[in-house]
Amino acid sequence: MKTFAVVFTGHVDHGKSTLVARLLLDTGYFTDGKLAELEAAAQRRGVPLEISFLLDSFQVERDQAVTIDATRIWFSSATRRYAIIDAPGHREFVRHMVSGAADALAAVVVVDAVEGIGEQTRRHALLLPLVGVTRAIVAINKMDAIGFDAARYARIVADVRAVFGQTGLELVAAVPTVARDGDNVVTRSARIPWYDGPTLLGALEALDERAALHAPVRFPVHDVYRRDDERILVGNLDGGRVEAGMTLVFSPTRDSARVTRIVRFPESGLPALAGEAFGFTLDQPIFIGPGDVASDERDVPHVADALDATIFWLDRAPLEIGEHVRMRCGTRDVTAVVDRIGGVIDIETFYERPASSLLRNDIAQVTLRGLQPFVVDPHPAQLSRFALYRGDAVGGGGIVRTIVAERATRRRSSPDVASLVAPGVSAADRSRRYGHRGIVVWLTGLPSAGKSTLAARAAAALFADGWFAYVLDGDTLRSGLSGDLGFSAADRIENARRVGEVAALFADAGCIALVAVVSPLREGRALARAAATEAFVEVFVKADLATCELRDTKGLYRRARERDVAAFTGISADYEEPLAPDLVIDTTRSDVAASTVALLERIRSVARAF
Amino acid sequence: MDDLDALEARSIFILREAYRRIRPLGMLWSIGKDSTALLWLARKAFIGRIPFPVSLLDTGMEFPEVYAFRDELIAAWGLDYRNAECPPESSVDQTLPPGGRAAARKTEGLKLLIARERWRGVILGIRRDEQATRAKDRIFSPRAADGSWNFADQPPEFWDYYQTDVPDGAHLRVHPLLHWTEIDIWRYHKRENIPFCSLYLARDGYRFRSLGEKNITVPVRSQAASLDEIIAELASTSAPERAGRTMDHESEDAFERLRSGGYM
Repeated sequence: MKTFAVVFTGHVDHGKSTLVARLLLDTGYFTDGKLAELEAAAQRRGVPLEISFLLDSFQVERDQAVTIDATRIWFSSATRRYAIIDAPGHREFVRHMVSGAADALAAVVVVDAVEGIGEQTRRHALLLPLVGVTRAIVAINKMDAIGFDAARYARIVADVRAVFGQTGLELVAAVPTVARDGDNVVTRSARIPWYDGPTLLGALEALDERAALHAPVRFPVHDVYRRDDERILVGNLDGGRVEAGMTLVFSPTRDSARVTRIVRFPESGLPALAGEAFGFTLDQPIFIGPGDVASDERDVPHVADALDATIFWLDRAPLEIGEHVRMRCGTRDVTAVVDRIGGVIDIETFYERPASSLLRNDIAQVTLRGLQPFVVDPHPAQLSRFALYRGDAVGGGGIVRTIVAERATRRRSSPDVASLVAPGVSAADRSRRYGHRGIVVWLTGLPSAGKSTLAARAAAALFADGWFAYVLDGDTLRSGLSGDLGFSAADRIENARRVGEVAALFADAGCIALVAVVSPLREGRALARAAATEAFVEVFVKADLATCELRDTKGLYRRARERDVAAFTGISADYEEPLAPDLVIDTTRSDVAASTVALLERIRSVARAF
Repeated sequence: MDDLDALEARSIFILREAYRRIRPLGMLWSIGKDSTALLWLARKAFIGRIPFPVSLLDTGMEFPEVYAFRDELIAAWGLDYRNAECPPESSVDQTLPPGGRAAARKTEGLKLLIARERWRGVILGIRRDEQATRAKDRIFSPRAADGSWNFADQPPEFWDYYQTDVPDGAHLRVHPLLHWTEIDIWRYHKRENIPFCSLYLARDGYRFRSLGEKNITVPVRSQAASLDEIIAELASTSAPERAGRTMDHESEDAFERLRSGGYM
């Protein structure tokens, strides 16, 4: 028996928890112990038993009489099993509602018959389709408080229908209820004779489980495991079917290879179906890593440089135009710039108002530009849903609407350079010889933060393990490659770009290129990342100014203080911290040995994934 | 795909996501039905070889059958097992009731284990349907350096996107079974033929429905002597799963307080 997930939403105090509790009570859900526990608790507090105590289980919630967070409860009707997702109504907690609703196939929206549609009712109507919930049942609750007035009920239903129509939520049923007394929840109400529709449970039972759409093959590569000299690509299949002998195309490179074996534990072999977690091996050692997407030859996902999306923002700090965020779609991370905010959707009027930043709980149309290629499908496909990370935290999420700039797909390593430098030797050949792929490890941070020390130690450890590793040190490069450059912002950016190009060649040659340069400006680092044809790992070597100045390994801080060094980063020039580094190493908190281990761990996990 | 396939696929994704993004990583194995099913899922996720250590928070008070079952499985599955001894009962607040003392020992034992192994992430087999405060937890749930849980301000989780890093010193609790129910676990045990401790089966009219320390766990009345009978029993019972775990019932908000302080 499959579980049918339903999210319950509603404006605060419209009676959502009570409705859920009544539904559970009347379907025989409450266990002996739970009800007794609650009765005893109510008695101790000297208050009447509130059924919603069962759901609002935290002490703090009972004290404040609000629901804090999405919760899940299961119950069974005669025909199927339901998972009820109870999402809070407070404006403050919209982020949790999003968490709760994302799993649901349909929603029950609770509306107070006295108050009618509330601000949160509108917001939920907007959010639900955005997180993939397209159908809703409305319970017009507290009907007793309006004397079971059929005309007032009809007006509220009309209001609801109008709001849903604007947001794309389908109103599948409206039910007049009194949750506290159980009217039309599971049993039909004698007090509302004019209503001849289904009870709430009846309306739930009438919802069909939409068959999974016949979707094209999409396999976001989650990881690559080595077992007995085999490279096994693992992941979850979003759509279609994969079997041995089939040719798969991998995006964004559009390289293709044939599946040699479907791998599972304990038994392998059978074709894999949509929804399944499994692995497979390929007939050719092409460069595939986490974040690449396998598809059928005939129906490939979009590879894009820019796209339009509807996003919801959840972080306390606003999202600004021009800000860099990490966009994760499937298993792929792309550093994206918010190029344009097309409009924030007003939840009262549904008009879009212009804005230059998004506040917490805002919903808006935006254009995102990728510093690496996006691999996406437009809504409503699975690969249209993404999250936006700021640093390591989830800042928001959204859905891809349209592709703005399709990328002319090309191979990852430039063929002309490869043929000039080493005719006939592919990157795959090099990787086989060295036992790892070439990558760029970019260490950025203040002078004396520990970049060169870490790079040198990591290179030594890798070398000892038989790896091909080399350190590109800022000071050395400054004297030769960038000898013509000064320390203006433009020159610093140009320096980063040049070093990035050189590092990219080292990586293309199969080397672990460890770059230790201050590279204080985001733009410079973005150019370096863009130059990379292989994996690029940005490592923020973090240490506060006071610590760096105290260390002052090269005596530069002292000279800067004495105004002997112009535009010195940290003192007379700015350092822009990375917004979404791949790794942060705080050298004020962990010693050299621990920091080196952390760096090595990341390098190994990226470079062995080929 | 049936519902067990869907549950399995999601749990495997969570395990792989944890291993990909969080190092060092470890797993708690209470030797019970849930975390043993989770071990089996980890073997599936990592194609036979679990790439991180597993630990029992050992109070020395488990049933002998539990220790015997543990040793069998360590050998059979080639586990990297690292025992985590909990501090002695004399070290915890003596005014706590017996269940609270055991929970306090485990909470401390977990803190020591995380410090010793320098774990940034620890995988646990808790489920939402077990207990109301567990229902509100996240799949990737950040804990402060002292193990405490800020349940009023949890990171958002939607689709399969998680927050997988925490500040130095803090750690993540990873809950790949959060979306399973007790009956799912047993149906999965049956389908996959996963070994389990014999104490779950009824003997002389009693069985353990939830396994804890021998001094604070009582068996429930049951005639269920096989997996099929357990599944049939659960489909019809209205008694809560943790009824036999005395620590939950020592005060109204006993479990909530345990969890806020770092209990699993």
